[in-house]
Amino acid sequence: MEKDLVIIGGGPAGLAAAIAAKEAGVSNLLILERDNKLGGILNQCIHNGFGLHTFKEELTGPEYAARFIDKALKLEIPYKLETMVIDISRDGDFKMVSYMNREEGLVTVKAKAVILCMGCRERSRGALNIPGYRPAGIYTAGTAQRYVNIEGRMPGKEVVILGSGDIGLIMARRMTFEGAKVKLVAELMPYSGGLKRNIAQCLKDFDIPLLLSHTVVDIKGKERVEAVVIAKVDENSKPIPGTEEEIKCDTLLLSCGLIPENELSGGLGVGMNRVTGGPLVNESLETDIEGVFACGNVLHVHDLVDYVSEESAQAGKKAAEYLGVNEEKDSCDKERCAIKETGGKSDDKDTEKADHFIKINAVDGVRYTVPSVIRLSHMEDRQTVRFRVGAVYKKAAIQVLAGDKEIMNLKKAALAPGEMEQVILQKSVLESIPDLEEVTIRVKTD
Amino acid sequence: METKEFTCIRCPLGCNVVATLEDGRIVSITGNTCPRGAEYVTNELTDPRRIVTSLVKVTGGAHPVVSVKTASDIPKGKIFDCLAALRSVELVAPVRIGDVVLADVCGTGVDIVATSNVQ
Amino acid sequence: MQDIIIIGAGVTGCAIARELSRYDLDVCVIEKSSDVCEGTSKANSGIVHAGYDAKPGSLKAKLNVRGNEMMEQLSKELDFPFKRNGSMVLCFDEKDKGQLERLLDQGRQNGVKDLRIITGDEARKIEPGLSDEVCFALYAPTGGIVCPFNLTIALAENAAVNGVKFHLGTKVTDVLKEDGGYLVKTSKGDFKSRIVVNASGVYAAKIHNLVSDEKINIVPRKGEYCLFDKMVGGLVSSTIFQLPTKYGKGVLVTPTVHGNLLVGPNAVDIDDFEGVNTTAEGLSDILKRGGLSVKQLPTRQIITSFAGLRAHEDKGDFVIGEANDAPGFFDAAGIESPGLSCAPAIGEYLADMIVAKYPAKKKENFVSKRKGIPSMALASPEEKKKLIEENPLYANVVCRCELVTEGEIVDSIKRPLGATTLDGVKRRTRAGMGRCQAGFCSPKTVEILARELGVDEAEITKNDRGSEFILGDIKDV
Repeated sequence: MEKDLVIIGGGPAGLAAAIAAKEAGVSNLLILERDNKLGGILNQCIHNGFGLHTFKEELTGPEYAARFIDKALKLEIPYKLETMVIDISRDGDFKMVSYMNREEGLVTVKAKAVILCMGCRERSRGALNIPGYRPAGIYTAGTAQRYVNIEGRMPGKEVVILGSGDIGLIMARRMTFEGAKVKLVAELMPYSGGLKRNIAQCLKDFDIPLLLSHTVVDIKGKERVEAVVIAKVDENSKPIPGTEEEIKCDTLLLSCGLIPENELSGGLGVGMNRVTGGPLVNESLETDIEGVFACGNVLHVHDLVDYVSEESAQAGKKAAEYLGVNEEKDSCDKERCAIKETGGKSDDKDTEKADHFIKINAVDGVRYTVPSVIRLSHMEDRQTVRFRVGAVYKKAAIQVLAGDKEIMNLKKAALAPGEMEQVILQKSVLESIPDLEEVTIRVKTD
Repeated sequence: METKEFTCIRCPLGCNVVATLEDGRIVSITGNTCPRGAEYVTNELTDPRRIVTSLVKVTGGAHPVVSVKTASDIPKGKIFDCLAALRSVELVAPVRIGDVVLADVCGTGVDIVATSNVQ
Repeated sequence: MQDIIIIGAGVTGCAIARELSRYDLDVCVIEKSSDVCEGTSKANSGIVHAGYDAKPGSLKAKLNVRGNEMMEQLSKELDFPFKRNGSMVLCFDEKDKGQLERLLDQGRQNGVKDLRIITGDEARKIEPGLSDEVCFALYAPTGGIVCPFNLTIALAENAAVNGVKFHLGTKVTDVLKEDGGYLVKTSKGDFKSRIVVNASGVYAAKIHNLVSDEKINIVPRKGEYCLFDKMVGGLVSSTIFQLPTKYGKGVLVTPTVHGNLLVGPNAVDIDDFEGVNTTAEGLSDILKRGGLSVKQLPTRQIITSFAGLRAHEDKGDFVIGEANDAPGFFDAAGIESPGLSCAPAIGEYLADMIVAKYPAKKKENFVSKRKGIPSMALASPEEKKKLIEENPLYANVVCRCELVTEGEIVDSIKRPLGATTLDGVKRRTRAGMGRCQAGFCSPKTVEILARELGVDEAEITKNDRGSEFILGDIKDV
């Protein structure tokens, strides 16, 4: 089988990317989805709060997904369900995507371009290295969400939640609604990683305590969880002896961070960003492998699905451009190598303007940027650059420097690691600065 | 005199807003950086409302449950009454997004509608 | 009246059962847990030791070298993963070289082949990830790694195919001498047998002391481990031990036979015979000590930690054989390290001992071979296609981290002594053993288990009763 474009994952990223690619003229495309329906994790996010930016109304997860699914169906975008991609490799300019499903067995598709939309997974108890017994009753918040919202099953009745990520907060309310007693949410950091709205409406509304600078230091119970021991932590996140408190419960939910799911990308040899855990990409959301794009939570973990959709539509559009402009490939190749080998620094001053690219530096509180490099020739008039900050800041500013020159200074009443930030770079501004090599984005405090 | 504390959720700043009440009447609101903080706290004190999302049982379909929501917000104090009312609802597939599952839940004038499809 | 009751379905009990199943004997295994391989056998280093550690002349020395020799052939016969990856004992101080020489000498006396001492540079040539502090190493090319779960399960399945009955979820409460044998009281009724074999791990002293006045004493000695992502499984290719270091007794760093990296264990004597909890101190201690062996331990890649209990007998050696004052009562007690390596040899040794005293005929129709569950993760594309052609369920991926399909999970449930729990499926197929630690696949595996066993999902457990995942339907909590 040959395809112009294969999209790996039929969640919010895959759907938005496919729709944009199709609308831009790519008709020989295919979505591969491992679940038994399109929509990805949105199907189990039955709470409201999705789509305020995209649709100017507040939708639940399944409703938000349905808008995109309906559009994909209307556009007659082909997709396969219960289909797991097990490998992506390169064969010359082609990407060989191997997948399995019950109907077809093991199949390899030859694709001109691929968009990686595999999403992310939750950090497990093991990765957190929480000591104690290993009984039943320890779930990531998302696994519990699946049990409750998809299967209608209750994974527990007396619940402690570790981590104040949004899924954990949402599950605190969800379990409460179904009659469970949520005893507390413990958060290692001195601030919550979740949205303020969720803290107010999922915890405070139901008098569920949020204990900041606390963690779980022991898990008791040999078959099923019987209790957890929580303790206060110091400024280095180390438990403070003497502050331990045993909390009786039958369930421990973990909401301690998300990890982009990049096993397939790694197998393909895509260059990765160590901060995000996702691929390094340029302005087209294209990785250092030609024709391989990435968007959504596989690229970097987002806070709002609206931004996933926006970013993914960009990836779909750029993949379409790539498929249409294949003949310019040679010049692109050079630039891609540059991303990998020099981290974006141009060492060839004589290249034409078409080859000009600009590295984006993330410094002073800005942990990373997506993209991390911009090719002026491929840049749109306005380029969104997304990033997260590494700490809580009040009354700060986001400063953008082109070379040494300040081109933006955005006052921010507050910045927090839990919320994604963005700046929009103007192509005309970047073009107006001769021999521009670097753009720097930083947090400026007084 | 009584005081109540709120974290304003209208923007990422998350102002800690303190309202002072006398006989249930708001006397003063402090700690907010902008008027939206005062508005938020006034609403929370006088008529807090929430959209409620939950599940309802379905028989004869591909899934045992279907997700639902209140079509608009309902008084916060009615959340658990609303959830209790949903416990006894049992639908028969197919269910479509937007189908009214329970009309005028708990006398709020608000309908409960399905938010996903069950074939 | 049974001919033989074996108490305990760990690797030792299962190895003995398999050896005895060669004979025309009525054998059963009684196990308190809901599955085989639920005690010490499931939580250890997975090492097949070369055999230089034990004192010459000890049972440990003799059975280790023999077990090491047997393992390769057995792994082919019973289709479980085993790899002879070699092992090293690192020395970090020239002054300690004498200790390596003593181990070398001991190993040679024990009959370990190809042992030699190499320099730090030679060691780093074989293992580039080793610390620059290493100055000498004892190198044992015969050292190996094995999957402790599949070794135990393979022995048990093969024993079952050859007629051994397994009574799982059955706890022995008393053993009484009777005319012509023993009465074994259990949570599920009484059993009578001519011969009793005590392979009950950390409980072996308790069982032994029920029938013998020559008391033995076993202390559970806890060992904690950290398991790392396969991404860093190639940090070392050999099993890396240490001489005692400035932080105390050495801990090992080894690849597992499935390609993960394993670091541990410490050794802490405890009172609780089920005390398999990890501790913050223990975990940080093994990481600190293990870290000495290599240039850098990638602690961000830890995917889980666990603890196991070794059955340490006071005298320090295995207790194997018929109790002097209890004819027909055979012990396989105090089986701590290198117990896993020794298991096949213990089975052979004890079975020989039993039939020498209580003669039995060899079966003519003994089935020596067992075929494991085909692994999609290890299959070539052609093999994958063939498996899917035979059974389309092999195309339905359930565990994405370890690439385990519904076909493999159904096979693990349907085969002799099949899985009935989530942990049972995990140990037979590796579903849930990967980096997401079953977050993704457990709801699906629970669903498949319930379907295949014909029960409600709420009845599916992680392991023993009481470890249910689901506590009811929504709306009726």
